[in-house]
Amino acid sequence: MESLSVTIQLISLLGATLFMIMIFRLIVQGRLREEYSIVWIFCTVILIFFSIWRKGLEKISLLLGVYYPPSLIFLAAIFAIIVFLVHLSVVNSKLQNQIKDLSQEMAYLKKEVQTLRENSQKAPEPVTAS
Amino acid sequence: MSSPSSIPPKILIVVPCFNEEAAIAAVVTDINRVKAKHELMLDVLAVNDCSTDNTLTVLQTLNCLYLDLPVNLGIGGAMQTGYRYAWRNGYDIAVQMDGDGQHPAQELMTILQPIMDSRADVVIGSRFLTKEGFQSSAMRRLGINYFRWLNRTLVGQTIYDSTSGFRAFNRRTLAVVNKYYPDEYPEPEAIVQFGLSNLKMLEVPVQMRERQGGVSSINNGQAIYYMLKVTLGSLFVYARLHRKKMPNMT
Repeated sequence: MESLSVTIQLISLLGATLFMIMIFRLIVQGRLREEYSIVWIFCTVILIFFSIWRKGLEKISLLLGVYYPPSLIFLAAIFAIIVFLVHLSVVNSKLQNQIKDLSQEMAYLKKEVQTLRENSQKAPEPVTAS
Repeated sequence: MSSPSSIPPKILIVVPCFNEEAAIAAVVTDINRVKAKHELMLDVLAVNDCSTDNTLTVLQTLNCLYLDLPVNLGIGGAMQTGYRYAWRNGYDIAVQMDGDGQHPAQELMTILQPIMDSRADVVIGSRFLTKEGFQSSAMRRLGINYFRWLNRTLVGQTIYDSTSGFRAFNRRTLAVVNKYYPDEYPEPEAIVQFGLSNLKMLEVPVQMRERQGGVSSINNGQAIYYMLKVTLGSLFVYARLHRKKMPNMT
């Protein structure tokens, strides 16, 4: 019982650390913006925390009146996932709005460029004619 | 805002086009004919919403302004592109006319007159006030009845043809639309938006034709989604604007 627990402790510690390294690498490479990484770093810290403090989960479960400690993990994880999904939808909506505004701006500019080009073609070209 | 009648208003006709190569030429020609007949200060602006056919090529040969969107924005986004253009370039009136020929140009003056006389901020061309011309399918009329009920409940004003896209806006309305206009299926939702923005809406009877080309933006499979989207959109616009409206009323 005790040896199994130590093995799983090591595995989860290793997993959490690898995950943390992956997040940091993504930020360093510029593929993940810092504001989205905060959630992930926070999650990893919690994972590492409970990997080290093995009795912690049981204690907190008892404190909250949850008799089967792993179910607390699922509850917390599902809650975190749902919150993050909503956050992503908000970000997505914002992006869609920005894309709409940008495309409209682009359409106006395309028209502007075309008008300018037509006007310059109509006018005699004293400057460019050499 | 009472402008002297000696200065004719600058009018922009916004024609949203998505794969309308067959019908668009006739639509633009018809509008230009009406313009010449009534000596209006009028520009036609076609908004090409990323068509996959030759709409853009056809537009280039026509006597009209056009905008070419780089990304497909849907009817609401395309219309807002036109309305924002009107707002920025100082047009007094903007009119929406579909690119498929459903809205006959002969009815243009019917739509424009109430705004020119400062009788309304928004004029909506309605198929149902006099039961003439193309009346749409039974399924669609059922939906339209539902939206009428929804708008009446939320705004307190009855608009019979709330899905009609044949509309004219004055500058006051353009200011509202410049800030926000629904993306998808904007017509019924916009009515709630206008009502709660204290804009005066007026419905005038017009005759519509069956589409001259292209396909409807709504098929039967999308009808349920359409109903849901518009209901939600209307309710949320109501929730958003209703709260803002309260301090003004007290």
